[in-house]
Amino acid sequence: MSSHAGSGEGRTNPHLLAHSPQDNVAVAVIEGLKAGTAAFGVITEDNTTFDVDVHHDIPIGHKVALTDLKAGDTAIKYGQDIGKVIKDVAKGEHVHVHNVKTKRW
Amino acid sequence: MFKESAQLEHEIATPFTGGAPDQFATKALSTKRASADYKAATFMGWRRENGRVGVRNHVVLLPLDDLSNASCEAVANNVKGTMALPHAYGRLQFGEDLELHFRTLIGIGSNPNVAAVVVIGIEDQWTNRVVEGIAKTGKPVVGFGIEGHGDIATVAKASYQAKRFVQWATELQREECPIADLWVSTKCGESDTTTGLASCPTVGNMYDKLIPHGIYGVFGETSEITGAEHLCRERAISPEVSDKWYAMWKAYQDDVIEAHKTDDLSDSQPTKGNIAGGLTTIEEKALGNLEKIGHECRFIDALQPAEAPAKGPGLYFMDTSSAAAECVTLMAAAGYVVHTFPTGQGNVIGNPIVPVIKITGNPRTVRTMGEHIDVDVSGVLRREMTIPQAGDALIDMVVRTANGRLTAAESLGHREFVMTKLYRSA
Repeated sequence: MSSHAGSGEGRTNPHLLAHSPQDNVAVAVIEGLKAGTAAFGVITEDNTTFDVDVHHDIPIGHKVALTDLKAGDTAIKYGQDIGKVIKDVAKGEHVHVHNVKTKRW
Repeated sequence: MFKESAQLEHEIATPFTGGAPDQFATKALSTKRASADYKAATFMGWRRENGRVGVRNHVVLLPLDDLSNASCEAVANNVKGTMALPHAYGRLQFGEDLELHFRTLIGIGSNPNVAAVVVIGIEDQWTNRVVEGIAKTGKPVVGFGIEGHGDIATVAKASYQAKRFVQWATELQREECPIADLWVSTKCGESDTTTGLASCPTVGNMYDKLIPHGIYGVFGETSEITGAEHLCRERAISPEVSDKWYAMWKAYQDDVIEAHKTDDLSDSQPTKGNIAGGLTTIEEKALGNLEKIGHECRFIDALQPAEAPAKGPGLYFMDTSSAAAECVTLMAAAGYVVHTFPTGQGNVIGNPIVPVIKITGNPRTVRTMGEHIDVDVSGVLRREMTIPQAGDALIDMVVRTANGRLTAAESLGHREFVMTKLYRSA
């Protein structure tokens, strides 16, 4: 558990990690990320940082939308297609099986 | 190295907060750190009759079929230091499925982590086929058929032989071997989004560093490359290997998934554990999975299940199920002697003959299931540890494990041995 996440000087421990600058979702990497948090994120590929206000409680490992996503859009992670958005999702909301589905099988 | 009992009691009584307490602070690292010089790294192993090097020294009681499990287990009970490998199959199999059965049993017996083998089967002919296959390695192996003798006489004969093997094997000595003698497999399980961020890239970094120095690697999990197949194809050494790989992947899609599916598999792939850990689709899971092969090395062949690699040192793909015990068993049967296993939510699998090293980047799993974890790379998520640092920590643990350190799975008694079955028996 990272009590320093996103707080204070340096902000070394991120709340969120994204893989690629093209990603429209990012992963919560601390336990207990709460709705209303001004979350601090890092893109691992280029070490750039981003900020997003999180609107849901996000369990560790679960994803947050980095932009507003519309039904029919493609969710992008690792800079790659990870499935189709089936319900509109606002930036900062929880992205999971309730609003993204596989395009396979 | 050993803690005072009062301190140990205190640690047991309080919530566990460290996955691998000796990961960095251990005497095993104070003299020689394998990651300090990959090319010069060595490990202590048993060089077998055929030149391959094992890191364990098992005497195995290998049942040809389900009917022979009881005899093998009885011999293991009689003769300490032996291990029975019970399994569910071996009767009325035919065609490719039967070939895979023999290849798996012969491969397990031939694995250099095994010093000697006693095979027991219901009848002599197929028993002898396994014995003759293992004998090609030059290692001691004998077989016993039960029919015409019964379990009790068979167990008695096999026990005398097993006892001789154990006493012979326990006098064999480890010798110093170059890192190039190490065959290291990988497969992940109970993945979540942290595996793609931390533990799978850790394995990939190990391969990127060690493959150039002559080790053998292998990855598999055919179904779990779905969504990353375009990236996997590009990682083959040549167009021929790329096409061979793609044909395997496509055959699995067409012949297994499309032929048998009742929905989009979203109740199975991702698994319930994967979904609890935040993975949403098979594509997302596959992209994380493929991180295990790093970014530089290329795979040089696509192997059938349990097929031994034959193109020299390098990274191989093997056509396997993504179920952990099946996949690790097939890789052990191909001759791999150490397995690296990234996990997110905490898969507890082991293998009877191959040490399975668990790596996790999920701090919750380190906190709640730390006794199953050998390498804690949760610092990657906190940006306190880089992937190259994590890769070095894994390389050090691979060599320490090869030298004899029991893995978490070994010390907790995990011996999952699962044969892959291709279709119903006759």
